Amino acid sequence: MELKTETRQRDEESEISPFKDLLIIFMPDHIIRIFQLALKSLWLHKLRSLLTILGIVFGVCSVIAMLAIGEGASYEAQEQIKNLGSQNIILQSVKPPEEQKISGAAENFALDYGLKYSDLKRIRATIPGITIIVPGRIVREYIWNATRRVDGEIVGTVPWYPEMRNQRVIRGRFFSEVEMDYSANVCVISSDTAQILFPISNPIGKEVRVGGTYYRVVGILESQKVTKSSTDVSPQKATVYRIFIPLNTARARFGETILKRRSGSTEVERVELHEATVKVSDPKLVVSVSQSINTLLKRGHKKKDYEIIVPLELLKRAERTKQIFNIVLGSIAAISLLVGGIGIMNIMLATVTERTREIGIRRALGAKRRDIVTQFLVESVMLSGTGGLIGVLFGITIPFMVTAFANMKTIITLWSPLLAFSISALVGIVFGLYPAIRAAKMDPVEALRHE
Amino acid sequence: MPKSIAKLVDVQKTYLMGLVTVQALRGISLDINEGEYVSIMGPSGCGKSTLLNLLGCLDRPTSGHYYLGELDVSKMDDDALSEVRGKRLGFIFQSYNLIQQLTVIENIEVPLFYQNISPSVGRKKATEFANRVGLENRLHHKPFELSGGQQQRVAIARALVNEPLVILADEPTGNLDSKSGVEILQIFDELHSQGKTIIVVTHDENIAKRAERTIRLRDGMVESNTRNR
Repeated sequence: MELKTETRQRDEESEISPFKDLLIIFMPDHIIRIFQLALKSLWLHKLRSLLTILGIVFGVCSVIAMLAIGEGASYEAQEQIKNLGSQNIILQSVKPPEEQKISGAAENFALDYGLKYSDLKRIRATIPGITIIVPGRIVREYIWNATRRVDGEIVGTVPWYPEMRNQRVIRGRFFSEVEMDYSANVCVISSDTAQILFPISNPIGKEVRVGGTYYRVVGILESQKVTKSSTDVSPQKATVYRIFIPLNTARARFGETILKRRSGSTEVERVELHEATVKVSDPKLVVSVSQSINTLLKRGHKKKDYEIIVPLELLKRAERTKQIFNIVLGSIAAISLLVGGIGIMNIMLATVTERTREIGIRRALGAKRRDIVTQFLVESVMLSGTGGLIGVLFGITIPFMVTAFANMKTIITLWSPLLAFSISALVGIVFGLYPAIRAAKMDPVEALRHE
Repeated sequence: MPKSIAKLVDVQKTYLMGLVTVQALRGISLDINEGEYVSIMGPSGCGKSTLLNLLGCLDRPTSGHYYLGELDVSKMDDDALSEVRGKRLGFIFQSYNLIQQLTVIENIEVPLFYQNISPSVGRKKATEFANRVGLENRLHHKPFELSGGQQQRVAIARALVNEPLVILADEPTGNLDSKSGVEILQIFDELHSQGKTIIVVTHDENIAKRAERTIRLRDGMVESNTRNR
């Protein structure tokens, strides 16, 4: 009889206790105490704790810094692609590589390739939903201002070029339709060109010379970094100095044939159009329109002497590249945090062995296994959390330094420090759990006898 | 009829050491009443420490029953035993067993912390017990800054702070010089006069004599159980 009542009482006690324990966890006083205790124990071995923390610091800070640099690079690439216009399809004339030698000898010395005006007419006639087509002609020549010169590109184009290509007119204006119709000798120069040719004075109203012709400067256009062979996404850093003249002027001045003299060899090329931009009114149709343009052009061109660039596709490709980049970064980060975590585990195992007696004492004084687990887990999370915090600080500073010294764009997204920090805290839990459980599993009698 | 506070009924304990089973306790029955001051004596290897571990709920008997107060603790699980240790028992060890990185007051607070007593109440209580053993000027010292006698007094305060049913002392004066040893024993006498139940394990006859009753062990059995006064 007596025994039965006792067992019931015991059951009641153990039933109540889990709830009581839950309550304690939410008592701020107790939490503070647990943290104070952990801090004290860690402070006892300052150097050791510091070295352990370092492992996590480097992991976290490299993650944030690398992500910021990667993000910055891909942002720049994407911006450049966006500048080309996401609704645009750019057609370019390309010299067919296999024809270079043969045709040069066979067909009256002139290499005839590239897009024709008739191509554009056909495109306009057959494909619906296209709003504007900007034809462009590009000629390489020296551009002069008195004795200053620059090896640049003379682009013959239409008055609405800047709005199509998202390029801003910084000063003055772009040439007008009237100037286009009258083949006026006016030009708009890119800001890079302006810097070279007119380093101190205001170029507007002045004249630049190309060959034997003078062109009056009416405006300055913001320079664009992405230029010719835009198939690769990587930004071309080499600046191309450009001036823009009305298409009709270009046709009148330069004709259809271009004579190129390059160190010892002479090349004659005949290209009607170097570049054309097709604007598609509906962004969803961009890809399909580009495909139909391709089929259309294929019919008229025997060799592949043109190229179709779809900025939208480039953008998608850039995003895919970024994803791969992030995965690579993520694995590097995971490895470095893993190493840091192993460091924490190592130290915690040593600590547990060292403090076996303390564990025994605490157990004798009424600490449950759960209490011991909590104590050591808090210590390891504190190590990794502090490491994470310092790592975040460094990780945020480094991109700024990279921007300042290496002149690279960096972007710190909000989630990257948050993610890195929470992973570091998680590392503390994961790698602290085993040592903590080992500590709690010790037999109190054995632990008290230790040393 | 005095109330029984710790009762062992035919308690046996066997260890497996490698391939050999060692019978440390071979059926011990004891009854310790509330307010009693009992000493346990015996040559080394007689099962003293095993008995003390069982009495201290640090270990479970292989067979038999142990009633502490009204609870049968012989079949309890680990968590329940921890709870019993924290609430009903106070330990005093030969080597003091203070936690080195904690101050005197913090050491005394440890048992309270595991009883979920709020830190402010705990601080008050711990200070009170520190005063009782004469450590009011040493509250914020670390254990290594104290003499052996002072350290043992910290341990006593820590053992008392939870107001346990039974105080268990394992060679409490073993590491002390005779003067501070006597001081500690005086504290024990005082506690006894206040009605505390004390069990002291020792092999010093003089210490054993101070207790009301001496239990002698030999080869894992009770050899004699005699009143001193």
